[in-house]
Amino acid sequence: MNGEPLLRIEGLQTHFFTPEGVVKAVDGVSLSVPTGRTVCVVGESGCGKSITARSVLRLVDRPGKIVGGSIQWSSSGASPVDLASLDPDGPEIRRVRGGEIGMVFQEPMASLSPMYTVGAHLSEALRLHRKMSKEQARETSIDLLRRVGIPQPERRLDSYPFQLSGGMCQRVMIAVAISCDPALLIADEPTTALDVTTQARIIDLLKDLQAQNDMAMLFITHDLGVVAEIADQVTVMYLGKVAEHGTAEQIFEDPQHPYTRALLRSIPAVRGGGTRSRLAAIRGMVPHPLHRPAGCPFRTRCDHAIPGICDTVTPEATRFEGDHVAYCHLHTEAGAATRSASGPAVVPPAPDVGSLQVGPLRVIEPVARTAAMSADGPILEVRGLTKHYPIGGGLFRVPTGAVRAVDGVDLTIFPGETMGLVGESGCGKTTLGRCVARLLDSTSGEIRYHRADGRSVDLASMRGRALQEYRRQIRVIFQDPFSSLNPRMTLQQIVGEPLRVNGLARGRELEDRVADMLSRVGLRPEYMQRYPHAFSGGERQRINIARALITRPRLVIADEPVSALDVSVRAQILNLLVDLQAEFGLTYVFISHDLSVVEHISDRVTVMYLGEVVESADTADLYRQPRHPYTEALMRAVPVPDLSRRRRRHDVEMDDGLPDPAAPPPGCRFHTRCPYTRDELCRTDHPGLRPAGDRRESSCHYADGLLLTGVDDAGTPASAR
Amino acid sequence: MLRYIGRRGLILIPTLFAISVVTFIVIQLPPGDFLSTRMAQLQSQGDGSLGAQELARLTERYGLDQPIYVQYWQWFSNIIFRGDFGDSFDYGRPVSALLAERLPLTIVLSVLTLVFIWAVSFPIGVYSAVKQYSAGDYTFTFLGYLGLAIPNFLIALVLMWLSLRYFGTSPGGIFSPEYRDAPWSLAKFGDLLSHIWIPVVIWGTAGTAANIRVLRANLLDELRKPYVIAARARGNSERWMTIKYPVRVAMNPFFSTIGWILPGLIAADAITSQVLNLNTTGPLLLQALLAQDMYLAGSVLMISAALVVIGTLISDIALAWLDPRVRLRY
Repeated sequence: MNGEPLLRIEGLQTHFFTPEGVVKAVDGVSLSVPTGRTVCVVGESGCGKSITARSVLRLVDRPGKIVGGSIQWSSSGASPVDLASLDPDGPEIRRVRGGEIGMVFQEPMASLSPMYTVGAHLSEALRLHRKMSKEQARETSIDLLRRVGIPQPERRLDSYPFQLSGGMCQRVMIAVAISCDPALLIADEPTTALDVTTQARIIDLLKDLQAQNDMAMLFITHDLGVVAEIADQVTVMYLGKVAEHGTAEQIFEDPQHPYTRALLRSIPAVRGGGTRSRLAAIRGMVPHPLHRPAGCPFRTRCDHAIPGICDTVTPEATRFEGDHVAYCHLHTEAGAATRSASGPAVVPPAPDVGSLQVGPLRVIEPVARTAAMSADGPILEVRGLTKHYPIGGGLFRVPTGAVRAVDGVDLTIFPGETMGLVGESGCGKTTLGRCVARLLDSTSGEIRYHRADGRSVDLASMRGRALQEYRRQIRVIFQDPFSSLNPRMTLQQIVGEPLRVNGLARGRELEDRVADMLSRVGLRPEYMQRYPHAFSGGERQRINIARALITRPRLVIADEPVSALDVSVRAQILNLLVDLQAEFGLTYVFISHDLSVVEHISDRVTVMYLGEVVESADTADLYRQPRHPYTEALMRAVPVPDLSRRRRRHDVEMDDGLPDPAAPPPGCRFHTRCPYTRDELCRTDHPGLRPAGDRRESSCHYADGLLLTGVDDAGTPASAR
Repeated sequence: MLRYIGRRGLILIPTLFAISVVTFIVIQLPPGDFLSTRMAQLQSQGDGSLGAQELARLTERYGLDQPIYVQYWQWFSNIIFRGDFGDSFDYGRPVSALLAERLPLTIVLSVLTLVFIWAVSFPIGVYSAVKQYSAGDYTFTFLGYLGLAIPNFLIALVLMWLSLRYFGTSPGGIFSPEYRDAPWSLAKFGDLLSHIWIPVVIWGTAGTAANIRVLRANLLDELRKPYVIAARARGNSERWMTIKYPVRVAMNPFFSTIGWILPGLIAADAITSQVLNLNTTGPLLLQALLAQDMYLAGSVLMISAALVVIGTLISDIALAWLDPRVRLRY
């Protein structure tokens, strides 16, 4: 291989010409991708990662335009082409798109047209670039589907995208992207929308394909855990500029830019420690590129900003070992000069750059756990709760079966604790949460709620107005901060609505309470007359929290409250939830598919699979040693931002197809995917929850015999028995 | 797909039945309608043999001495089995004969209007979306709003004047006077064409304008979807990609409009027909309602209601054929 990398981006500038002004989404980015290697681009949303990736294939929509820089593409046997100078609609770039560079997108379901079959998508690319006949294309398509691990490819070829799961769709997208043997695969957040288990398998697949084809990869992600899994080199971007670049080892073990360090710190890593702790969030949020700060773009959120230089001069590149580059005044001569000139009295304590490790910079304050737990008895007891959805129907829609979304769940929640509820999508955790909040009517079972005055009521049997009182006491924080707020209502109306409809306050008093609540969740009361669209995702989630807490509830069901948010904002919101819990004495049911987040915030964790609880234990115990193979599999799938714990390929030997919840497998429901399935017992006998140690339960026949691995012993998969 | 059509077809039966019941109630409702007036007249004439005969015939025909549900059945079975909708007392002729005169022209005009709307709004809608905020987009938007805003009868007057002034065609009607009673010939067909475009354009303008807006809005939504970028990233050419992916999805409203454009013209817009002197069912309905000629009015209402239902069925089947999400999810 000669010195020229496969792809070399030099000083790329992609600007958007909007009526409000020129948005410099990408402003002088340089990076290169060597043949056969993986380069990850990380940063929060709004940092220009995706625009950089799209600029390579000239896929930036109006009013965006590449205004400067070059994109040298040197595929084998051809002289380098500057993609930036091509006509974005011309035949040259179209030959590169799909033919030489494949691309995979974030939302697999939405990236495939619902009007065409999987086969049509595949053969389109094949016939376009490899000039195949229809029959050849069909044969090759089947082959490709097999390579990306889709079972029964002949049948799947004629399926439509909406008939497949998200993970399947992403496999199809990958099959399309690699169909013409591209030299480079651009993957734009390919696993962000997927479950952890599916994510692990997709990453394995990408690594396999890369090895087989000697394909280079440009991998865009905001998740440093994923980066640690897959990257050879890492480029950290902030506000349209490169902040730091280096090999994966350099970035994870010796980060030089404060932004890289802050990103690394803000991840709730699975530690297995068991103590709840505050996360080190990056303060504030990414400013809009229209209001890019002068000088170093990160200085407004940087703990080490040096007045007099960071706010005026854009930092130059500082080279470290090899290709390790950082753009920060902590390392430039100009920065050093300013620091010594102004003296230590004015400057905040200058960090000793050499000794900075990926450790937390701020002291991690352990959060005082509410000791009241179990003293006064539980606040909520769920017994045998089921929720079945009728399905199918012939001519007159007579139900032919039922999806058992929740199937006989017992749950006990004590006042002041946080109960984490985890599982893959489709396991029924959201349905369970909604049944408890009485947003859904359960099919059978009991939801016994213990009121503050000592009386207890069964919410499941209540209807209509009888529930009104409890709708104030049990509140929900919803997942999607964008669609769960009415865009036509002001903040005051949104947050004040629960007070108004429950007749708790009105007029001046309502306004005061809303203002007070807003300031408690960290929003300025002056914003009360604004509409939700004026706020970012993190701020909207604060609005959502304010709306949930305004009635002073006792129990809050948080349904994936942070999964739609960026890592740094996620940390802010998690910290806020912890603070509010202490302030108002709240009890949380925290629903999430992300085990690292759940570990961070929960006292106890309940794991659900196919509508049933499979394991329940104190957080520390569960993470130290799971007692159900499913819990172990979930944990194993979580990517950890630590190179030394890089998962070995195919660690998660679990197929990503959840069985049909309308016809759950007989015996242990998990036996179809369980690596430890042993004998007839697993296939025929339903284990049921049974005690498995101190304050914990598991529904595995062999819970005592299996030696399952938790997260702190990063070892080999435990052998059965 | 067949099951889907079958199910939709079966649902049609009770719906049509319900329509007939409502129509029958409408026919029976008004006091002092033609039939009751006529009966009262005949009775007051006493035993005159002619009057008595007529009285007996009407009583027999409409089952007036029977309970109401028998009356309904008599009326309904006559329509179903004999195509007999009753009599128009105003015109003194069977309703079916009146409808036979008017319905074909009305249906031809409706279909032509639909074709006109599609042919004009489709390319313009696509153009407006792909070239959003261009001069052409603004021009079409402006023209579209004009079309929506100007009342039809006014456009009718203007177009008639234009066709008389510049093409020398006789105003109004569907044929020039010399061809009105002539046998069919190439020349008569040409004459038909030179007249028929006026009502088609008039009735088409509002629909075209609405369709352009709908298609433009839908296509703009679709153009921003990730699958469009993904299709582009596979190396498709822009023009082909646009037609194959987003336009195909955005076409759905075209098919859903069949349901209401077809029957719309049968009952509505009597004014334009009056102005243009067209023998459509619109003026017929208006006249029948004014004169309380209930069997005629009820029949026109029922036919247009039935057309709504059938039109909706057609658009649903077209949608299912076009869109796999509709086909496979239901």
